[in-house]
Amino acid sequence: MTTPTDLRYTASHEWIRTEADGTLTIGVTDHAQEALGDVVFLELPEAGRAVTAGEAVAVIESVKAASDIYAPVAGEIIANNQDAVDAPESVNADAYAAWLFKIKPANPADVSALLDAAGYEAAIA
Amino acid sequence: MPQHTPLHATHVAAGARMVDFAGWDMPVNYGSQIEEHHAVRRDAGMFDVSHMLALDLDGVDAKAFLRGLIANDVAKLVEPGKALYSCMLNADGGVIDDLIVYYLSDTSYRIVVNAGTADKDVAWMKERLAATGTRATLTVRRDLAMIAVQGPNARTKTWAAIPGSEAASSSLKPFQAAAFGEFFIARTGYTGEDGFELTLPNEQAASIWAALAAAGVAPCGLGARDTLRLEAGMALYGNDMDETVSPLDAGLAWTVDLKDPSRDFFGKAALVAKGAQRQVLGLVLEDKGVLRSHQKVFTAQGEGETTSGSFSPTLEKSIAMARLPLGVAPGDSVEVDIRGKRLKARAVKASFVRNGKGLI
Repeated sequence: MTTPTDLRYTASHEWIRTEADGTLTIGVTDHAQEALGDVVFLELPEAGRAVTAGEAVAVIESVKAASDIYAPVAGEIIANNQDAVDAPESVNADAYAAWLFKIKPANPADVSALLDAAGYEAAIA
Repeated sequence: MPQHTPLHATHVAAGARMVDFAGWDMPVNYGSQIEEHHAVRRDAGMFDVSHMLALDLDGVDAKAFLRGLIANDVAKLVEPGKALYSCMLNADGGVIDDLIVYYLSDTSYRIVVNAGTADKDVAWMKERLAATGTRATLTVRRDLAMIAVQGPNARTKTWAAIPGSEAASSSLKPFQAAAFGEFFIARTGYTGEDGFELTLPNEQAASIWAALAAAGVAPCGLGARDTLRLEAGMALYGNDMDETVSPLDAGLAWTVDLKDPSRDFFGKAALVAKGAQRQVLGLVLEDKGVLRSHQKVFTAQGEGETTSGSFSPTLEKSIAMARLPLGVAPGDSVEVDIRGKRLKARAVKASFVRNGKGLI
């Protein structure tokens, strides 16, 4: 299991990458995909939707179960990954490549309050 | 502390994801659950089902006792080794458990019950044995492990793995079993595929598992077992029926034998008085999403409920079994409430896949 050190994390198993333009790219962690098992369906939020931190904004369904995916910070959804919707198994193949949606954060400083790789690994230990 | 089957260390060593199932620490998948599912549909897979409990009932009154205990009629069993699937009912006609009875002789039966209900079942059977003054002994066989080998190549791979097994089992018809040394080999299963369920001494389980693996039988977890049985339209106790549901409302009327009017069995009066009030049909989701258990179903005849649902790896669609009002027919359009949205589904017969082939 890998936890890239250049990303931030939530205890609810989302990863967050801050892009050069300050937007955030969000997916689920390798630990999450492993626990979920074969992913067969994704329901992602539409661009333009305003979200609050901790709001359930997406659903990931594996053969075993359905799980919510939460917005890590408040902001506006600016994109979702239709390639992942069309090939949900890409989340299992590489959870850090298969991003799910992008957020323009209301307050960029919110990201620094999220877990770093060591903090996430401690949270799932 | 969850209980361990004799194969627990084998599963852990293989890197299986272990979960608590009915008080047992069991493998849910080893790698991809979908690949395990396909292994059973296309080749051969094996499941540790040692958490299920084998019971032996022996004595001069064994046959009469079982005729009064369960809703199917063991009197129809005349060939040694023949198996019968039945529900065991409470006084209200609800299902205490579903089980398999193997006929060995009129005075000797092997019964296999579910793990989650095993303690309750044994207590109930002992209570009925005492109440009816039956001359028969019930023996709990926790000394036995069970391995289900399933798939189109399951029998030939079993024969390759276990010396002598072919001679003992090549003439078995479906739903028939034979003793083979200390083994009991049954041509039964819970996947909709051909194969065997092997019952064997605990201490031999790990070596037989290894021999089957070496013969090319893929280890499969309870996750694949669930999607396979759902595709086959087979009921799961606790999901599709329980003590509050009659077998007539659980799609199991075919297991209730009312042919002999002189036969009384426990729960019969309530069952007959109530009759069938619901039916079980399959659902295929036509919108995008995944059906799960206990979602509300809206039909032209009223509301119903899914009892089991998942993604079907064989059909690559989401499917469910649903308890619906009488009058809904295969082909009807219905709606299912999934997280507050009403999605379209089609009612079908609750048997989606058999012997590797989609039926819908």
